[in-house]
Parts: sequence; structure tokens; C-alpha cells
Amino acid sequence: MATIVAFPIMIFLLIIQTVVISRLPLLEGTADLILLALVAWALQERVPNPWVWTLIGGGLVSFISALPFPTPVLGYLMATGIARVLQKRVWQMPILAMFVATVVGTVLYQTLSILVLRFLGTSLIWGECISLVILPSILLNSLLSLPVYAVVVDFAGMLYPDRVEV
Amino acid sequence: MWQTAFLLLIVVGVIILALSGYLGTVAKTAFAPFISIESWLSDRYNAIYEFLAVPRDVATLRARNVELEQQVSSLQTQVISLQQQLQEAQVLYALLDFARARPQNQYVAAAVIGRDPSPFLHYVFIDHGSDDGIRHGMPVVTEQGLVGKVDAVTAGVARVQLITDPGSIINVRLQSVKAEGMLSGSLTGDVSLDMVSQEVDLKQGELVLTSGLGGDFPSDVLIGQVISVRKRETDLFQSASIQPVVDFNALRAVLIIVNFRPVNISPLVPTSIP
Repeated sequence: MATIVAFPIMIFLLIIQTVVISRLPLLEGTADLILLALVAWALQERVPNPWVWTLIGGGLVSFISALPFPTPVLGYLMATGIARVLQKRVWQMPILAMFVATVVGTVLYQTLSILVLRFLGTSLIWGECISLVILPSILLNSLLSLPVYAVVVDFAGMLYPDRVEV
Repeated sequence: MWQTAFLLLIVVGVIILALSGYLGTVAKTAFAPFISIESWLSDRYNAIYEFLAVPRDVATLRARNVELEQQVSSLQTQVISLQQQLQEAQVLYALLDFARARPQNQYVAAAVIGRDPSPFLHYVFIDHGSDDGIRHGMPVVTEQGLVGKVDAVTAGVARVQLITDPGSIINVRLQSVKAEGMLSGSLTGDVSLDMVSQEVDLKQGELVLTSGLGGDFPSDVLIGQVISVRKRETDLFQSASIQPVVDFNALRAVLIIVNFRPVNISPLVPTSIP
């Protein structure tokens, strides 16, 4: 059920990302709604397997983005991995875990993007990338992380309701 | 008989006196109590009438006000919608004028519907694809100048690489000095001109056009103009910053030149023999 629902949700988030979020940059950085949703999803203890959502989200972004194919999938897998580790270690402070996973996930994903693009010959300067893209993206993602987390918590509660023993 | 005549005489006398103004003070004094009573009664009547009638009027007016406010908001929505339609129509008219001015090219107009989710790349999505005859590599322009080229196509959507993308490299020529160079994009969206010979007298305001070399773009499509020149004697080439004629932040509709097929020269590029 959760896997089937992942497709329309990820497509909806991707449409919002390409139509709205990507047109609202801070310097050259933008928020990443897919990353935030995947990180928040991976932080939910009741979600048994967040990797499927990550593969679906990463696959969809890879399909439409000009980034080379495995880059978004690998980037989102790293962010999900960080979130999953934090969920087990700091399970009593999910908001803190969300912030940390957002920041670390953003840095890892964007660093991977830079490395791949530079490897393929795109002229990207590290200083510009950090100051104009990575740092503003971290700020925007951090601002959006709380509302996204709140929505995802409710959604996870709908998909995986608490079991009541009779 | 005499009594009647006497009364008539008195009445006529009083009328004449009243008309001539001699009875003003007397009449005023005599009518004052009646006027006061009438005013008092009138005030009470008006107060009672307002008490009974005005609340109904307020309710009516409030309902009318709500109705008018709804009409105003509806009209404001219509105005905004019409303004948007007008802007779109102006863009389309400009594109149509551009297409008519170049009858040798066949164009397909498309709307920009999104941007690449990666902040490192400058790509846009357009709402036409292979079903509309769009193919990989076709040049994309507006009425102002060059936008980029089609990078990927599906049936209904295409992805366009903008000339501001860090991975974009275009062979260009300078209009008046008859020199050629290479135009490249950057992360910040700035466009720079490189590989221009040191002997060329490159000046601010010089127009930059596509050269057609490499077969990626048709020749003589306007790109922008030189805004600053960087020339150092120690360098092999001089470079310049270019101001594109297209405003990429306000890109809403584009034209794809569908009768131009890019030439693939990669088999002709020499490779090292193992």
C-alpha cells in the first residue's frame, strides 16, 4: 500500500519542485522538497522500509533531471541512510534528527552532484558552489524541514496506524 | 348685509396688511407655539420611523454590500486573468512577428512549464515533445535571441539546456569585428566569451551572434552584447562578459526551430589510437 502511494506523492512533490520551488532560489541555491520528504519519511519509526520510497523518488528525479542517472538515486540513498542511522541513535529528539539529517543529506547530495558534474567536464568552481548553492540550499531546506516533517508524521500515522491489542 | 360688508372689509384689510408686511411680528408671535408643537411632533415621528425602519435598511445594505464585494472580487479576478492573458498574448504576438520575419525557418511555439530540480544546472522544461516534431539538439529561441537547445525529449515534454548552463558551450562570432570565439555559461547564470584572439579590438556593446560552426546552431542568431572586456598581455586569448538579450528569469514561451537538424561531428573528431 505504502509503495503504491509513493508514486503519486513523489510525482506531486516533483511537480511542486520543478514548477515552484526551483523558481524560488536564494542566491543560486534552492530547497529540495523530495530530499526533505524522504529524510522525514526515513525518520519515522513506524515506517519499516523507507528505501523503496527513496528509490522511487530518486528514480523520478533522475528521469526528469539533467543530472547523470544514478546521481539523484545515490544522493537520496545517502540522505535516507543518514536519517535512518539518526532515527535509531537519537530517537527521542526527532526534530533534532530531522535538522541534522537535512543538513548532512543536503551537503552529501550536492557534493556528489558537483563531483559527478566536474568529472563529466562541467566547469564548476568549489568556492562558488559552496557559497552560492550549498549554503543557501541548507538554509532553505532547514526552514522547510519542520513543516515537511509535521506533514510526513501525520501521513505516516495514516498509512501505518498504531496497533491496539484487544 | 352691513355686517357681511363689515367683515369682508376687515378680512380684506387684514390681508392687505399681511401682504404689505405689517403683520409679520404679530403672525410670528401667534404661530410660534403651533410651529414648536409641529416640530416636536415631527421629531418624535421621525425618531419612531427610524427606530422601526432603519434596522431593516441596515440589513438590506449589508446584504447589498456583501453582494457588491463579491462582484468586486469577481471582477478583480477577471482583471488579473485578463492581464495574464494579455501578457501571454503579447509574448505570442512577439514570437509570431519573429517567426514571420524569418520565413526560412519552421517554428513550434512552446510554454516553459518548469525548471530542473538541480540548482547546479540551468535547464527548463517545455510543454511540447516528440509528438509535435521536436527532436534532440534542435535550437530554441525567442523573439529576442538564442535560448538554448533541446537536450532530451519525451512524447509531450522536452528539456532545454539554456545557454547560461555551466555545461553549455557555443561557437559565436562578433558582428562588427569579424572575429570568432566561444561562449560558455556558468553556475551563476553569467555568460562569458572566451578564445577571442588578442589582435581583435573587442569593445563594449559589440553584438555576439551564433557562428554556425560545429553544426549545433544555425548561424547569425543573436545572443547578446559585450559588457566588459578582460584583456591581459600575458594571456593567449582575451575574454569578455556577455549580457544575454534573453531574460532567462522571465522566460515564459519559446520557439523551437524544427527544420534545423544539428550535425553530429563527433565521428570526425580525432581520437588517440591505442
